[in-house]
Amino acid sequence: MTAPLLSIRDLTVDFSADTGDFRAVDGLSLDVPAGRTVALVGESGSGKSVTAQAILRILPKAARIGGGRILFTDPRRGRSVDIARLAAESSEMRALRGGRIAMIFQEPMTSLSPLHTVGDQVTEALLLHAAVSREEARRQAVAVFERVGFPDPKRALVTYPFELSGGLRQRAMIAMALITKPDLLVADEPTTALDVTTQAQILDLLRDLQAETGMAMLLITHDLGVVANVADSVAVLYRGRLMEAGSREDVFRRPGHPYLKALMRAVPRFHMQEGERLTPIREVRSAVLARKAGEPHRPDPPGPLLAVRDIAKSYTLRAGWFSGTVRRIDAVKGVSLELWPNRTLGLVGESGCGKTTLSKIVMRAIRPDAGSVTFDDGGGAGPRDVFALKDRELKDFRRAVQFVFQDPFSSLNPRMTVYEILTEPLRIHGVGTPDERYERAKELLDMVGLDTRSLRRYPHAFSGGQRQRLGIARALALKPRVLLCDEPVSALDVSVQAQVLNLLKDLQASLGISYLFVSHNLAVVDYIADTIAVMCRGRIVEEAPKAALFRNPAHPYTRALLAAVPEPDLDHPLDLKLLMSDRFSDPASWPEPFRLVGAETGTMQEISPGHCVRVSGSSLRQAA
Amino acid sequence: MIRYLARRTLTMAVTLLVISALIFFIIKLPPGDFLTNQIAELRSQGEAASVAKAQFLMQQYGLDRPVWEQYLRWIGLWPNPDGAFNGLLQGNWGWSFEYDRPVREVVGDALWLTLVVNLAVVIFVHVVSIPIAIYSATRQYSLGDYIATFIGYIGLATPSFLLALVMLFYANRWFEVSIGGLYDSAYAGQPWSWDKVKSLLAHLVVPTLVIGLGGTAAMIRRMRANLLDELAKQYVVTARAKGLPPTRALLKYPFRMSLNPFIADIGNLLPHLVSGSVLVSLVLSLPTVGPILLAALKSQDQFLAGFILMFVALLTVVGMLVSDLLLAWLDPRIRLGGSAR
Repeated sequence: MTAPLLSIRDLTVDFSADTGDFRAVDGLSLDVPAGRTVALVGESGSGKSVTAQAILRILPKAARIGGGRILFTDPRRGRSVDIARLAAESSEMRALRGGRIAMIFQEPMTSLSPLHTVGDQVTEALLLHAAVSREEARRQAVAVFERVGFPDPKRALVTYPFELSGGLRQRAMIAMALITKPDLLVADEPTTALDVTTQAQILDLLRDLQAETGMAMLLITHDLGVVANVADSVAVLYRGRLMEAGSREDVFRRPGHPYLKALMRAVPRFHMQEGERLTPIREVRSAVLARKAGEPHRPDPPGPLLAVRDIAKSYTLRAGWFSGTVRRIDAVKGVSLELWPNRTLGLVGESGCGKTTLSKIVMRAIRPDAGSVTFDDGGGAGPRDVFALKDRELKDFRRAVQFVFQDPFSSLNPRMTVYEILTEPLRIHGVGTPDERYERAKELLDMVGLDTRSLRRYPHAFSGGQRQRLGIARALALKPRVLLCDEPVSALDVSVQAQVLNLLKDLQASLGISYLFVSHNLAVVDYIADTIAVMCRGRIVEEAPKAALFRNPAHPYTRALLAAVPEPDLDHPLDLKLLMSDRFSDPASWPEPFRLVGAETGTMQEISPGHCVRVSGSSLRQAA
Repeated sequence: MIRYLARRTLTMAVTLLVISALIFFIIKLPPGDFLTNQIAELRSQGEAASVAKAQFLMQQYGLDRPVWEQYLRWIGLWPNPDGAFNGLLQGNWGWSFEYDRPVREVVGDALWLTLVVNLAVVIFVHVVSIPIAIYSATRQYSLGDYIATFIGYIGLATPSFLLALVMLFYANRWFEVSIGGLYDSAYAGQPWSWDKVKSLLAHLVVPTLVIGLGGTAAMIRRMRANLLDELAKQYVVTARAKGLPPTRALLKYPFRMSLNPFIADIGNLLPHLVSGSVLVSLVLSLPTVGPILLAALKSQDQFLAGFILMFVALLTVVGMLVSDLLLAWLDPRIRLGGSAR
């Protein structure tokens, strides 16, 4: 038996910080055989990224390898090197790094320099490691760009990263890693920041490339769905220790370690039982919430709380600083939605489909070009036009509609204490005395399951999931009727995601709040929403109660989205080939009767009670 | 591009027009003017001939006319008594009453000496502070970083005119050299020769050091902070993961990014070349524009002061244009942005 390509033995990595030293990786042993994919799974802080950094010797300054070996056997020379013993900046290590072992990162947005062309950054990698001329490097770069799926490989040489979509940026990263034909690709959360459909395409690309070049891949991810679809073997990490390792079959069919079992139960899946609850690893408990559950809700309006009718909004863009060319983009067109009391409306779509514009219109942050938004708080006055509200009424509306943001790190002011963060909305609206506000802040903390003693602490003392719960507590401070949740769990680990989703469900049950839940993850929306609206290119293409949508998805775009969600289940593998083309998000290439050409908006047609799908006007006339 | 430049030039012209009006009216705000003051003084001394001359000048330059008319004459949009338009727009910089010479002659030599001194300062600041800042940022919290930081704070906290006085004193006491002026007094009024240039270079050292110290300290602090921000970015890790040697990775990516604020600063730098360092120039008796401007403002020598201020304003506006064009040239996000968002 030949030696594995990469063999890690008893690796420890220590961090020294002001608050004391801690061990990020503790005695990890792991093998990556040539040509295979090994998935390293764990939550944030489990040490999986640190392991990757140790393999490339690009650890942060505060970290150092405490012990163990990282044996890399170069198949070309048949000789093993212990990476852990090399100096990080030695020429031998630099030749390995980027040459034999390449890495791709999570954030394609920030991983590329904005000031250099993609071509420059990709050819640089080759020029560093191979004795080739600049011309030859460019020629090879074009070939790699073509292989990773750039529509115009020659143009990519002179394109800047910010001119590319997220998916193309990640393809550029992959091109950069692959141009030196490495033996091992370390992929650190390569698809986490991408839409599900793009994710499926990138995963497919990685798998094909692996088959072609025979490189091995160490895939670092927290998404068990991704693991189930691409990995040959799996290693599960928890707090720097290896919990379980084995083939994909073993790990998914017969999970042994309780931690792994818990992780599996925390992932939202399709095919869940009606009313089945996710089991997060740490459940949120709240005394206040349990007490409030018995109290009667506020009076509900007879109709919907929020009704959006035929909203349209377009933006004009200048093509660049020096050109006068103006482009018009329809961010939202002809969108109608209803949000009923005590219900959750899920809004699904890829990035750029107009979800965020729509939620901003609903909260009256931007004004639509056409259409209306009405709000009915159940006070007996009936539905009122949100954009006509003034003074007192507007303030009431602001209190009733609150926002939960995507990024728990940038949405909390790092210079305010938890107490200040939670009471700020109350102070702005002049609610209560200081004593009452203090009591309310304690109550809010308890509602989201945080220790009421943490009022004096600052946001940096909390983890991502805890911060997101703080964000929710802040949104609840004014006792809103509606929460607009813009991708509230997409930045969180699965275990924490389950915790936050359950919390949102419990809050709804106890307090009677409605959610407009915006997400690109259909499985998450499936878990939390009652009704789901699918959005593409500024239009709602399908809207249905969730059971109907998943049982009988009618629109081709909905089907593509459903097919793109990787499930942590070996019996439901992704059909990657179905998603390889970008056609499913182009209204002009949808099959009849869904085809929409040019500015045509089509009409919503009801195919079963509550289940509507958008069809073109011409198909309706033919049917008539 | 051409459209953009045309638009910018138009707004620049409008801006300068507004600035010229502001400058003129603010100079005229205090009661009286140079000539009325002079006439009053001469009358009290009973010098009739001089009074007549002053009164002639007063009519010649229309100081007896309303302020708005004086203003329009100054910039050349109103005819002089002889019917000709002769103002800034026509290239006539006006008359200095105090020196009794055209403004062009008064500021001529001083203007370019000022540019020489301050260009030397700018070069000094950048050459010294950038390497120190890079050292400081890449070795954050090391002994060297603390020393650089400490010296930086001292530099920031020392008033430059005080430093100038101290150096003046000790240079005299220890080396028995006078460091005042920009060349040896023997060369005053002499035509430019190689020896005079050498004397100029020797005299440049102290003013450059004195004027540049504060700027250097500030630049080190800012550059270090900028670079630290950039060093924490993900693309730096990407560059390392590619196998790029550390120095090349540093200079090509984060350093390049951290330069942006400084390019944006060029707009502020140009006017500083003229109006900065007035106090130091006074203390070291440098023949630069600063002291002339100060004197002109004090004596209400309106055309001289107005011209210098207009010149500073022009430099500011042109500087802004240059830095914007440079930024667009260097940063593709600005050049091509908009469509991507």
